[in-house]
Amino acid sequence: MSNSSNLSYGKAIYEGIYQSMLNNPNVFIFGQGVDDYKGHYGTTLNLHKIFGKERAFDTPISEDSLTGIAIGSSLAGMRPIFVHQRMDFLMLCMNQLVNMASKICYISNGHQNVPIVIRASIGRSWGQGAQHSQSLYSFFAHIPGLKVIAPTTPFDVKGGIIASINDNNPVIFVEHRMLYENKGLVPKERYEISLSSARVTKKGSDLTLIGISYTVVDCLRASEILKDKKIDVEIIDLICISSLDIKTIIKSAKKTKKIIIVDNDWLYCGLASEITTQITERLKFKIPIERMGYKFSPCPTTRNLEDNFYPSANVIAKKVYEMVTNKKDWIPRKIINREILEFKGPF
Amino acid sequence: MPKEKFNFIEAYYRYKKIRRTEEKITEVYHTDKIKSPVHLSIGQESIAVGCSMASSKKEIIFSNYRGHAHFIAHGGDYKAFWSELYGKRNGLSSGKAGSMHLGDLNINFMFTSAIVASSIPNAVGYALAQKIKNFSNVVLCYHGDGAMDQGVFWESINFASLKQLPILFICENNEYAIYSHLKKRMYKSNIVERVRSFGLKAKKIKNDTFTIFEETKKILNKIRKNSIPHFIEIPTSRLKDHVGIENSPNMKKNDSRLVEDKELLFLRSKVKDFKKIDKKIESEIDTAIDYAEKSKYPKQNEILKNVFSDI
Repeated sequence: MSNSSNLSYGKAIYEGIYQSMLNNPNVFIFGQGVDDYKGHYGTTLNLHKIFGKERAFDTPISEDSLTGIAIGSSLAGMRPIFVHQRMDFLMLCMNQLVNMASKICYISNGHQNVPIVIRASIGRSWGQGAQHSQSLYSFFAHIPGLKVIAPTTPFDVKGGIIASINDNNPVIFVEHRMLYENKGLVPKERYEISLSSARVTKKGSDLTLIGISYTVVDCLRASEILKDKKIDVEIIDLICISSLDIKTIIKSAKKTKKIIIVDNDWLYCGLASEITTQITERLKFKIPIERMGYKFSPCPTTRNLEDNFYPSANVIAKKVYEMVTNKKDWIPRKIINREILEFKGPF
Repeated sequence: MPKEKFNFIEAYYRYKKIRRTEEKITEVYHTDKIKSPVHLSIGQESIAVGCSMASSKKEIIFSNYRGHAHFIAHGGDYKAFWSELYGKRNGLSSGKAGSMHLGDLNINFMFTSAIVASSIPNAVGYALAQKIKNFSNVVLCYHGDGAMDQGVFWESINFASLKQLPILFICENNEYAIYSHLKKRMYKSNIVERVRSFGLKAKKIKNDTFTIFEETKKILNKIRKNSIPHFIEIPTSRLKDHVGIENSPNMKKNDSRLVEDKELLFLRSKVKDFKKIDKKIESEIDTAIDYAEKSKYPKQNEILKNVFSDI
């Protein structure tokens, strides 16, 4: 019998949560729709039947207090997971996350700590529009005392959710809705990934693409198109936002000497700016660094504009070609993001 | 319990210790040894004393930035309290907290918040954990009338009621949010009635130490037995400014309560040897301040410690 199974990202999250709840009776999960028949992309499906309604339950639409309730329960030794169908709803939790969760360990000088996991879905497609698609992870990473991670692969999302649950600090766990159906090999055992390590997804020599969450998929597709021009890119999946794995980035930068950061967010005062700064602070020589990300507008709903709002594999490939060759004479072939075309909700 | 059996000695001790501590802070404040805002409890002592005397050691206490009275009444580490005010290494949190964030886990006193109402859902979450784990500890959540202006208060009591959690909300209604009177903040000041409509057992209690003690004791027993969330409103007066050591401008000019607190005089009248208690309190204060004065400040490398828990 194999020790791994081919699981979707959503199933991998489920398995990580299921195994954590089985392993530790202090783990419990709640949020809107946790016990409904869809179980938030299957990630919470039937947990209430397995572990009882005390440990997996639906809630009022009270994000502010429920964040505080998660924090309070963690002070009593519990390890709560609070599920949000959309990152945008976390704006209603900001006081508890920024003023309470991130501060309690410090102001108590370590006498208290807040082991909570806040799951939040982000991402594009199917007219999510201005208030249902935002990433906003940079907000949280700005705050000392909060951990922020955004895994891309089924392997990392399972190891990541388990590591987040086991971590003794508040973790914002960012899931992209275009990834839930992506499949990959996932070990059957309960395992953790590091909450401060990036992953080199693809080795290459001509240029380094740094992606986060779904933009890693865009980068991989861009690398396929770039084979047409025999350009070989290295791809780094950042995974951890609050604890940047700058060592891995610098190692790659020294090798390829060209970097494009493809953020899954706006660029202004954002993650890509932070990465750029840290690279320039550490490298003794100057290399070209470019940033790509959302257009600096709210996300438009209509597909026609939405496609322009996000950096696509096609646009990334073109940018890479220009940086590597110093030429602008190539129009890359279009690649269709099947999951975006096929996605019809619900969230 | 008949009133004669009430432990007036202990009540007087706690009440007077809070009052004298707060007065001492006003005395030393000009030296700027406490380099931080203080939110004093003078005038509100009876609530902390009555509720703390009704509590067992198992109760979990959630207070707020006006927490000196609660902290002292519930028996928090007094020397560490003063060291914390002085920003010293052997304070409750090595000086990282100060007056607004007092805490002492030895008495289940959770570190407090300086954001109005923000600890209230934390208290509810703690109570939820008690329910999930089948523990019988009751959570006490002290807050002011100002906290009831916040949406999170109403979200929190809704959830406490929905899950029938073992929690007692104690509303110290001093009528003011800084200088804004209740009537400027609420269309109707029928606090108890509104809370009751959420399904909590709610009651307004007369402000005297014994009544508060007696009612709270009864309610705590009920909560332990049935896990039904309760709410009490106790009218009170904050005699000092919202923050700082000045007298409250909300008081009438010739208000005598600062010099002749009727409740304190009443408790004293029940204690034969009150002078001995007074002496004990003064000695405790002097010892604690001396301890704080002589203590060292945290080392510079402390600054980055405990940003994250590394337990």
